[in-house]
Amino acid sequence: MVDRRFNVLPGFGLTMGYTLLYLGLIVLLPVAGLFLRLAGVSFEEFWRMATTERAVAAYRLTFGASFVAATINAVFGTVVAWVLVRYHFPGKRFFDALVDFPFALPTAVAGLTLSNLYAETGWLGRFLVPLGIHGAFTSLGVVIALTFIGLPFVVRTLQPVLEHFDHEVEEAAATLGAGRLRTFVSIIGPTLLPTIITGFALAFARAIGEYGSVIFIAGNKPYESEIAPLLIVIRLEEYDYTGAIAIAVVLLFISFGLLVVINLLERWASRYEN
Amino acid sequence: MAGEGIQESRLVRWGLIAVAGTFLGLFLLLPLVNVFVQAFAEGWSGYLEALRQPDTLAAIRLTLTVAAIVVPLNVVFGVAAAWAVAKFEFRGKPLLITLIDLPFSISPVVAGLVFMVLFGTQGYFGEWLLERDIKILFALPGIALATLFVTFPFVARELIPVMQATGSEQEQAALTLGANGWQTFWRVTLPSVKWGLLYGIILCNARAMGEFGAVSVVSGHITGLTDTMPLRVEKLYQEYDATGAFAVASLLALLALLTLGFKTCLEWQQQRAYERAQRAVKSADAPSS
Repeated sequence: MVDRRFNVLPGFGLTMGYTLLYLGLIVLLPVAGLFLRLAGVSFEEFWRMATTERAVAAYRLTFGASFVAATINAVFGTVVAWVLVRYHFPGKRFFDALVDFPFALPTAVAGLTLSNLYAETGWLGRFLVPLGIHGAFTSLGVVIALTFIGLPFVVRTLQPVLEHFDHEVEEAAATLGAGRLRTFVSIIGPTLLPTIITGFALAFARAIGEYGSVIFIAGNKPYESEIAPLLIVIRLEEYDYTGAIAIAVVLLFISFGLLVVINLLERWASRYEN
Repeated sequence: MAGEGIQESRLVRWGLIAVAGTFLGLFLLLPLVNVFVQAFAEGWSGYLEALRQPDTLAAIRLTLTVAAIVVPLNVVFGVAAAWAVAKFEFRGKPLLITLIDLPFSISPVVAGLVFMVLFGTQGYFGEWLLERDIKILFALPGIALATLFVTFPFVARELIPVMQATGSEQEQAALTLGANGWQTFWRVTLPSVKWGLLYGIILCNARAMGEFGAVSVVSGHITGLTDTMPLRVEKLYQEYDATGAFAVASLLALLALLTLGFKTCLEWQQQRAYERAQRAVKSADAPSS
């Protein structure tokens, strides 16, 4: 099973044993415990708890807002990646470093500052609210928070691909008389599309589980601006463990499904590499 | 950079730069600047006063304690996992890597819930713990466990590719020359992966100090006792103490900026090393051509 005959390095047993033990204790057994709690529950019962009217409204908001936010990031993230790779302009390095900011900033801080910006008295809210655009304490706030959270994914997935993009193909198209727009639409765009969709899927997957930033800005009204992870917390506060687990299991299955999809997408995106 | 005919017109170029700049300015720069402006809304004295609240100081202490417990544990795991995965071939390696990454794809709230199901009053060990008066939830152990779970992959994930890239020839040479396993690890492996390891530690630390969802579920929100810094931000915000909330938030934002600064420096340093190597290759090639 293990080809270690030609490997003189020591420590495989020790490090592998420790890795499996720690992984089991901290991650696998606790997660398995969650599923085990549903063992005594019939499927009908589980389905009833997982699909109450309030839960369905929460899924709809979670998936809808995540989809919109990931789409915004797919469009603008592509522009940002293009600009950062292809052009020179003052402050480029600063903006490039800043793209990772949502990865590094605690979600509570993101939620706090975004809700402050879009509230009636905030820097953006004082212009937007008179126009009827309420960014804070509405479902629009969920989209704003999730756009912030997902911003780095499309940019960071696309950047290395753009950097290695073969200029010769573009030159060939130009030589054959294609305009810049035509080259983009029929050559560059289709080549980048799998990578953009991969970035979209990563941002979408991240957004579905997001909690911290959203609850600050969403207003959290049942049926209206309440996301699925928040409903888990509410069920727990009501001591309804099984109800909380039912919603959690739905989210887990979707996350695992997305993980498989992302793996397939990454394989599709790198199909030209070999 | 690009040749003739494959460059957009000036107008398109600056138009796209303007779109990208506006998007990043609106979604990244403005929220960042806003944190510090709001934190200093009542001046330096107001800022310091906000941070000097006893419950806020307690939250800072708790966050530092949690990070001091969690980061070393995940570093030991990360190094062990990277050694096993990067230096040896075995069946099921992709599965192991997927499992190590698992906490990244689980919602933080679900991560917290997992520990409620284990240790809560209705959980598997709830009664057993209650009888013995052992507190895990709504106390430091629960907060540390939830944080351990969400920051689990960071060090391993940074270290595995770095260790794979360095290969194992140097270790084999050291062993052949009579070094034992530990000496090889400390003197050969560790120096060659130190930057990757440091980056993993810094990412792990940033997330450990900033985690909200998972900790929020297991902490119990007891003011002055089980509120970490992010939870303290939420509580101050709910109490309409904007300056207080933003003051704590500014410390966390500063941590994020330091993390980013370190990452950027590391990337520039690697870029320079790469360019130096390229030049060395070129000048070595020059005489023969």
